[in-house]
Amino acid sequence: MKRQVVFAALIGTAALLGAGLAGCQRAAQDDGRIVIGMTVPSLTHPFFVHLRDNVVDEAQQLDVEIIVVDAEDVAAKQMSIVEDFIARRVDGVVISPIGADALVPAIEALNKASIPVVTVDRKVSGGQVLVHVGADNVEGGRAAARFIVDQLAGKGRVIELEGTPGASPAIDRKAGFHAVIDATDIEVIASQTANFQRANGQSVMENLLQVHRDFQAVYAANDEMMLGAVEAMEANKVDAAQVVTVGYDAIPDALSYIRAGRLDASVEQYPGRQAREALRMLVAHLRTGAPPETDEVYIKPVVISAANLDEAEDKGVTRAQ
Amino acid sequence: MKHWIGTALRQYGIFLGLIGVVIVLSACEPRFLAVENLTNILRQTSVIGIMAVGMTFVILTAGIDLSVGSILALTGVVCASLEHRGWPVVAVVAATLALGALIGTLNGIVTTVGRVTPFVVTLGTMSIARGLSHIYTGGQPISRFGAAFRYLGTGEFLGVPVPILIFALTVLLAAAVLRHTVLGRYLYAIGGNEEAALLSGISVTVYKTLAYTICGLTAALGAVVLTSRLDAGESIAGIGYELDVIAAVVIGGTSLLGGRGGVWGTLIGALLIGTINNGMNLLMISSYYQLVVKGVIIVVAVLLDRLRGD
Repeated sequence: MKRQVVFAALIGTAALLGAGLAGCQRAAQDDGRIVIGMTVPSLTHPFFVHLRDNVVDEAQQLDVEIIVVDAEDVAAKQMSIVEDFIARRVDGVVISPIGADALVPAIEALNKASIPVVTVDRKVSGGQVLVHVGADNVEGGRAAARFIVDQLAGKGRVIELEGTPGASPAIDRKAGFHAVIDATDIEVIASQTANFQRANGQSVMENLLQVHRDFQAVYAANDEMMLGAVEAMEANKVDAAQVVTVGYDAIPDALSYIRAGRLDASVEQYPGRQAREALRMLVAHLRTGAPPETDEVYIKPVVISAANLDEAEDKGVTRAQ
Repeated sequence: MKHWIGTALRQYGIFLGLIGVVIVLSACEPRFLAVENLTNILRQTSVIGIMAVGMTFVILTAGIDLSVGSILALTGVVCASLEHRGWPVVAVVAATLALGALIGTLNGIVTTVGRVTPFVVTLGTMSIARGLSHIYTGGQPISRFGAAFRYLGTGEFLGVPVPILIFALTVLLAAAVLRHTVLGRYLYAIGGNEEAALLSGISVTVYKTLAYTICGLTAALGAVVLTSRLDAGESIAGIGYELDVIAAVVIGGTSLLGGRGGVWGTLIGALLIGTINNGMNLLMISSYYQLVVKGVIIVVAVLLDRLRGD
């Protein structure tokens, strides 16, 4: 309810801003150069800023023009951005949809206008999409579990911090993790949600430490929760060197914890590579007219530890003052 | 007999509720009553608790402040960046509190002078402050602080964790202000009957605004503790905190209609929420059920409040 009210308030402002921005941006000129429109859920989130930066850079290399518009977390706004794209006759669209169902009409409108569209990171549940490029969260969960199994030589006790109840990355990362762990002698002694938030990760871990001292690994479905848990363990004098800790997303803060020896690993899903791949496939299709060989591409997640820190994507450093 | 139970429920309903929860939890999990765990609950409750003290002032005037979670984020990231700039801890804290008080005052002025309902004003502020924190940080956390600043969230004074001390002092100070000062008496008067308060010469505009100032101030104080505790200031911090904070106040028996309640009830309300969160982790209740349990407890508490009102 609260969210809906906020959304309603935002839609008004968003619509005004959107109209203003659309007016400012120069119209796509039909000089034969390919023009791509891209819209992401929210540029206040570093993840999508990173996605945008990679696409803009890739567009330069491919010599195509790209217009990126922020949907400010409002599905209706993203819908109207797509309508603007159609009106200005872009050649193709890259979209990371806010909602799987809410953006189906937008995809169908693009289909009707014969403008090819690719989805990145998040999928839509209907309409014709040229290709979806995303991350396999189930495989990421498996990779995290395999890392723990290796480190513990197949035996031990592990604590799991889950993401926001009901969120699809939370469900998939958990499913993959358990698919591997449950087949070994490693026991998951506690599995609690910390809502993907750092402060929650800290307090949930503090609570669990009241009853659990005998564990050898901690897995968290994102880095924010993991870093909170690391703070909790350090404050409660748990010897971090004795515990295998694995987070998820390879955010800059987590990488600096790994560098400092305070975290063992984090799962990297290469959002930048996903975005570049999506744009490359779209442009290749526009230039050759041939459909891509597959309609779904999943970038393989990699567990980043101190041994392969250089394989992590540079997502912009923690703001230094 | 029936009368006696009714009186007890009216007077101590929520306190009895807390004791009941404690008895159940300690029966299920022996570790629950350990001193370390009780300290742990108090420490975890401190941020929400500190914020709830300020919220009590606002709700006593029959107002509401939905922006506290966002104020916490904005003041938290500003606090973190000032610390990174090498400001002395006292200056960092003073500037952070001043910013919180300023935002609160703006909420108050728009509410009173602008005559806009506080629900709408603070809903706007909630969005604005969240946006500003994202803009200020570019979405990235500001982390790693010096030992002096970290003392506020992780240190101990005479064996008591500093966040608990800050929380205790906040409650004591607020209780004294509400009971023994003109400000306190006027806030109850305004909440009880604004018209009457106005007619009896109370400057409703000033005192109501002050309630929001205090609420912004405590949100900033919560931000100082949280930022220090986490070793990071984040623009995504405190999302959804307004619900826990308002719940703590309401569970504590302060009426949303204003004029009735106080910080001691809020203290118990915050402790009840903290205890339940802790207990659900200790008993390893699965996440979907946690949401249900928490919701049921809030509704039951408000029903108790209703019972008191009748």
